[in-house]
Amino acid sequence: MKRDLTPWLLLPIVALAMLPLMSFSTWLTLTIAGAAMGMMLFLMASGLTLVFGLMDVMNFAHGAFITLGAYLAVTVLGRLSGWGGPDSLAWNLAALAVAVTTGAIATGAVGAVFERVIIRRVYGSHLQQILITMGGLIVAGQLVIVLWGAQPLQVAKPVLLRGSFLLGGAAIETYRLVAVVLGLLVFGIAYLVLNRTRIGLLVRAGVENREMVEALGFRIERLFVAVFVAGAALAGIGGVMWGGYQEVVTATIGDEMTVLIFIVIIIGGLGSVTGCFQAAVLVGLTTNYVGYLTPKLALGSNIALMVLVLLWRPRGLFPVAKQ
Amino acid sequence: MAEKILLQLEGVQTHIGRYHILHGVDLSVPEGGLTVLLGRNGAGKTTTLRTVMGLWRASAGRILFDGTDIAAMATPDIARLGIAYVPEAMGIFTGLTVRENLLLATTAGRFDDARLDAVFALFPVLKTKWHDAAGGLSGGQKQMLAISRAMVEQRRLMIVDEPTKGLAPAVIEHLIGGFHTLKQSRTTILLVEQNFHMARSVGDSVAVMDDGRVVHAGTMADLAGDEALQGRLLGLSLAAHQ
Ligand SMILES: Nc1ncnc2c1ncn2[C@@H]1O[C@H](COP(=O)(O)OP(=O)(O)OP(=O)(O)O)[C@@H](O)[C@H]1O
Ligand SMILES: [Mg+2]
Repeated sequence: MKRDLTPWLLLPIVALAMLPLMSFSTWLTLTIAGAAMGMMLFLMASGLTLVFGLMDVMNFAHGAFITLGAYLAVTVLGRLSGWGGPDSLAWNLAALAVAVTTGAIATGAVGAVFERVIIRRVYGSHLQQILITMGGLIVAGQLVIVLWGAQPLQVAKPVLLRGSFLLGGAAIETYRLVAVVLGLLVFGIAYLVLNRTRIGLLVRAGVENREMVEALGFRIERLFVAVFVAGAALAGIGGVMWGGYQEVVTATIGDEMTVLIFIVIIIGGLGSVTGCFQAAVLVGLTTNYVGYLTPKLALGSNIALMVLVLLWRPRGLFPVAKQ
Repeated sequence: MAEKILLQLEGVQTHIGRYHILHGVDLSVPEGGLTVLLGRNGAGKTTTLRTVMGLWRASAGRILFDGTDIAAMATPDIARLGIAYVPEAMGIFTGLTVRENLLLATTAGRFDDARLDAVFALFPVLKTKWHDAAGGLSGGQKQMLAISRAMVEQRRLMIVDEPTKGLAPAVIEHLIGGFHTLKQSRTTILLVEQNFHMARSVGDSVAVMDDGRVVHAGTMADLAGDEALQGRLLGLSLAAHQ
């Protein structure tokens, strides 16, 4: 099957175009920072793009899963602070792995309840979806305050993940490298599941034409629940990683990402996981380069990026055929 | 005729939103034969098929499939009874390969090689395009793929909505050949078709719809031999389509 490879060129083009504007070591630091941010954006956004693509559901409460993940990072890493000392990188990574796993399971479970109690009642009506998920977001924010308090909390990030090492004259934060590896891993797994399994085949088919999937004898609701839960779990993982990256967690940490996440899924093409991955890295890189060159333009640059991409490809980098 | 009726609609009414589209459709599809549903544009043919598939809900009446009322069943359950649906727009997944499109039409996710060979014998182009994205197929090839989806496994009933729409005459002849092969396998077929040449060549029985009702039902032989009846029933649709 022929694949559309042009959008993949965008990443190296953007990265290389920045090289003349700064020293190599600065460029390397920014590129890795951008890639790391991109991977975390991908984790946070991938579920949302599939939920929209498959069921045409707009979930504005998606940020709550991220917030929950970030607070779980506070709690789990706090409990495991004994593992986070300076002696063993393995134990440091193990603490992060436990936090990530807990985040995935807990947000996945919350996602399952949220789908059943709220989302399922508002299929087909965008207005209701927007209103009720916005409401859900507010309630979730309050619950977080009840559980964890209103004051900002510090993440007990394992000591060795705070440090950095030198590469090509540039200081690379270990945590960012971990984020890049995790993001690539999750993307790889998501790609294999979508392209090599029957469930993945059904999801791709359902994103394109839900009705026909049903007419072939498959219950799309079950598929949707699975995708919704997986998407929530991924957002939870993203939240854990983002919380650790920010080091300070507040009840709005997820909401603050929502605009960026919507930019990512629109640039990528609604419903496309590959597009989401591309777009997330593109947004991560742009944010970091522009943040360095002209700090005031950082958010504006992402909106400009979205406009440019949409002028080039009106339905995003990897448009999904819709019927 | 003492033949068994596989699909029977009795007084089926369908509303779409606030529009009353079907006003009591009565239709019998005998087992093992090909029934053509004719009627002018907007008569309610597509709505009838969609109602059988559960894609619209019947607001009144019964839809009996092999004696069971399926009017309240969900679409996937209806499909699992062995009913294949080829919609007007064909419902091809353009982002998926030809192979993946056909794979989704199997219940277990595995091909029966003998059946696949039969599909390739009928539509060789599907074999050459096996790993290509279905979105790149021509209209006729897409229609062949859509019909093949109903062939990779034995179905009890196949429902096809206007497969010749927009196709070149040579392709239509090819499809007619396909339907003859399907008929030999004794698959029951309900076919909406405006092309009377095709309808006459493959149809055993015929029903004609107008304004949300079936206004005539009988054998294709009777209709084909009676030009006055054709003129009265189909004047409009034939004038518009030939
Ligand atoms: N989604 C819809 N909303 C409102 N009205 C509809 C809808 N679909 C069909 N109709 C109306 O229902 C009537 C029957 O339409 P239907 O598509 O069943 O006719 P048809 O016999 O298949 O016609 P054609 O030959 O054009 O395919 C038409 O008047 C049409 O305008
Ligand atoms: Mg129609």
